[in-house]
Amino acid sequence: MASGKAVIRARPWAVACFLLPALLLLGALVVYPIAYSVWRSLFDASGDGFVGLDNFTQLFTDDSIRHALRNNLIWIVVAPTVATGLGLIFAVLTERIRWATAFKLIIFMPMAISMLAAGIIFRLVYEQDPDRGLANAVLTTVHDAFSGDSSWPDAEPRPDGPITAQEDGSFLLETPVSAGQPVLLPLVAVPQPELEGAAVAAAPSGDPAAVTGTVWMDFTRGGGTPDTIDPEEKALAGITVEAVRDGEVVADATTGDDGTFTLPAEADGAQLRLAADSFTAPYNGAEWLGPNLVTPAIIGSYVWMWAGFAMVLIAAGLAGVPRETLEAARVDGANEWQVFRRITVPLLAPLLAVVMVTLMINVLKIFDLVYVIPPSSSQGDANVLALQLYLESFGTGGDQGVGSAIAVLLLLLVLPVMFFNLRRLRRENQR
Amino acid sequence: MRGSGRVSRRRVFRATAVTVAVTALTLSACSAEEDEAGSERPATIELPDLSGESLEVSAVWTGAERDNFLRVLDEFEARTGASVSFVPSGDNVSQFVGTKIEGGSPPDIVMVPQPGVLQEFAEQGWIAPVGDLVQEQLDANYTQGWQDIAARDGVQYGVYVKAANKSLVWYSDTAFEYAGVSVPEDWDAFVDTSWTLWESGTTPLSVAGGDGWTLTDWFENIYLSQSGPEMYDRLIAHDIPWTDPSVTDALTALAQVFGEERLLVGGASGALQTDFPTSVTQTFTDLETPAAGMVFEADFVGAVITDSTDAVIGEDARVFPFPAVGGGDAPVVSAGDAAVAVAPDGEASEAQQALLAFLASTDAAWIWAEPGGYVSPNRSLDLDAYPNETQRGIAEALIAAGDDFRFDLSDQTPADFGGTTGQGMWQGLQNFLRDPSDVQGAQEYLESQAADAYGG
Repeated sequence: MASGKAVIRARPWAVACFLLPALLLLGALVVYPIAYSVWRSLFDASGDGFVGLDNFTQLFTDDSIRHALRNNLIWIVVAPTVATGLGLIFAVLTERIRWATAFKLIIFMPMAISMLAAGIIFRLVYEQDPDRGLANAVLTTVHDAFSGDSSWPDAEPRPDGPITAQEDGSFLLETPVSAGQPVLLPLVAVPQPELEGAAVAAAPSGDPAAVTGTVWMDFTRGGGTPDTIDPEEKALAGITVEAVRDGEVVADATTGDDGTFTLPAEADGAQLRLAADSFTAPYNGAEWLGPNLVTPAIIGSYVWMWAGFAMVLIAAGLAGVPRETLEAARVDGANEWQVFRRITVPLLAPLLAVVMVTLMINVLKIFDLVYVIPPSSSQGDANVLALQLYLESFGTGGDQGVGSAIAVLLLLLVLPVMFFNLRRLRRENQR
Repeated sequence: MRGSGRVSRRRVFRATAVTVAVTALTLSACSAEEDEAGSERPATIELPDLSGESLEVSAVWTGAERDNFLRVLDEFEARTGASVSFVPSGDNVSQFVGTKIEGGSPPDIVMVPQPGVLQEFAEQGWIAPVGDLVQEQLDANYTQGWQDIAARDGVQYGVYVKAANKSLVWYSDTAFEYAGVSVPEDWDAFVDTSWTLWESGTTPLSVAGGDGWTLTDWFENIYLSQSGPEMYDRLIAHDIPWTDPSVTDALTALAQVFGEERLLVGGASGALQTDFPTSVTQTFTDLETPAAGMVFEADFVGAVITDSTDAVIGEDARVFPFPAVGGGDAPVVSAGDAAVAVAPDGEASEAQQALLAFLASTDAAWIWAEPGGYVSPNRSLDLDAYPNETQRGIAEALIAAGDDFRFDLSDQTPADFGGTTGQGMWQGLQNFLRDPSDVQGAQEYLESQAADAYGG
């Protein structure tokens, strides 16, 4: 230390010469942009009019910026925690298995993908249509494994026809039926592909001792006549027809291949109801990119990328944990969970803090994923500060004054985290 | 020479009509033959000799759109000896030109897609007024309406070289035939047609709610037809607030279809996640049993159909004009690109004027129209120039509207209101699509956004 000071005192210009390149670079690439952003944030959109702190006032009054701020808070709390937690779990578990390196490689692999590419991948993963989006494909497969699918999910009565859709999804023919009087129950809106295997509908037999009728798709090429069974029109088989009197089911029957059904004479004077289970719309999965789920969905994709990073760092730290301590605990009769909870985690705590803080800084400036994944209709709901900064500065009708103000705010938010990191680093060096 | 010219012309037609996504190689071959064929029509414009001059042209166009435009530039090079290069400008033309001027090397000619941007450029003094040569062409080929939207304070600054007819509904012929419906004459018939399509098992409408601008086009067509051009202009100027009853009527009409989950592919929430190209492809990919019966948007839907599906325009994919709403005339909402000469020092060069004049000429429009995917606002252009019946019909509707067409409303409002994701009209109408029963709420949102955008 003392010798260093002596050098400075003896040959200050030499020191300056050595420092100059670094100082110039730092000044031009770091200090100047920061200073200019602060300066720019005090001016209006054109950059000519001084507005004082107006841009900052706008930060806290503008709805979309407030929303972005709120989302940033969610991000900073959830994303680093989950990524570090998963990283810890992976690191501890892979320590024991045989193919640890291969496993780690796979978990780490997403890190090799750019944020933009990851964004595009996850946009596809979260696609609403289960035929295209992986997330919904999984959800619907699981869902359908537990509840069977219905036979005619799209069939519906005509909006102004005699049959009305009930709240529970069943269809009710209000007019009571009578024995010997054939009942026509027309439904529409069944897509052609679903009708492919269906037989042609037959007219009800009209048996005087029973209630007979037909359920069919009342539409064929060219339209056909409404409420009439035209020659080409297809039958809707397998639908349960219930006769309901005073809210009680008195009889039921299932439509045959030709769409006809026969109810016993008890059904006379009852109302007919088509049971809902044939018409339940298929489960379509979650609306991942809708307003409510979009932020958690994007955080999920972030975790997919960064859990590997956390895992690798933690695994390195884990290698440095003294084996003897672990062995001693095990000899003393601690089970694995206790060893993990009482020994491994406390020993790793400083490292976990570093990983968390690094991820926090990373998350504060998250931009790419939020820019790429949401469709524009929910971009507002997914908004974060960095994205708002970009849109505000370079989007249509941009205002770089407000953009700079957001940049300054982001800087202020990062500062305490940086400060924490630097202090920790210094403490470590002193040790 | 003449005879062979005719043969080669036919070949050009076939080559370009069959494959719109032509490779650069075939393209250059085409334009070489084109020169011979071009001599068949008498030139409608005298161009000066510009040997040794070079020009840089910028536009947002990419892919086939860009290739078609290059054919026009090739012809200009052949006639004048000037060399012309094309530089894509990216989506934000205003920012592109701004930075280029600051950097000291602006492009010579820029295509601006919004009238507001043209006004802004003129105000900044970035662009020069057109000269006599250009004005001559404009007077011969353009209606006053098309001239006026490229002028500021009575000074003509640009030439609308490319138009888009935004009042079209594209439909799947298979779906219509199966449902036994024909082209609807007015809005009520349109709603009925939608319901009949639904009954037949085809979801009638594919709406690209993920892209806010398609929703603004829905609204604009209904509003223009229902309330007439004067009200339309007043709404653009924000003379009347968005809480006006006329807006209520338009949104109520729109809710007749948007308010019915069953009429939209994927329901409202599905529509909100559908972007524009998907809305087209899902209608025309499956030709046997299409996922949707109709998709509304401008003539450039045709380009998406040719590029991304096997559907043949005019056979599988047909088009009808947006129906008249509430007893008004059928609306013609248009958009387009205006060519302007960038000259920060105030004076356009002879070469710039010559290119502008050429772009305003019928000769250029003809070459441009041949491959398809292009509609010209040039009224002198013979409809035979268009490669197929569909394209001809689209152009005819646009020209027939004379000066009754209206330029896209959202393009004429401040960009904060009419052209930004997550706010203004885009967000307002997306909110409306999410909850079409809340007409009043949508109007209040739009008005508060408009007040911010216009007030500032």
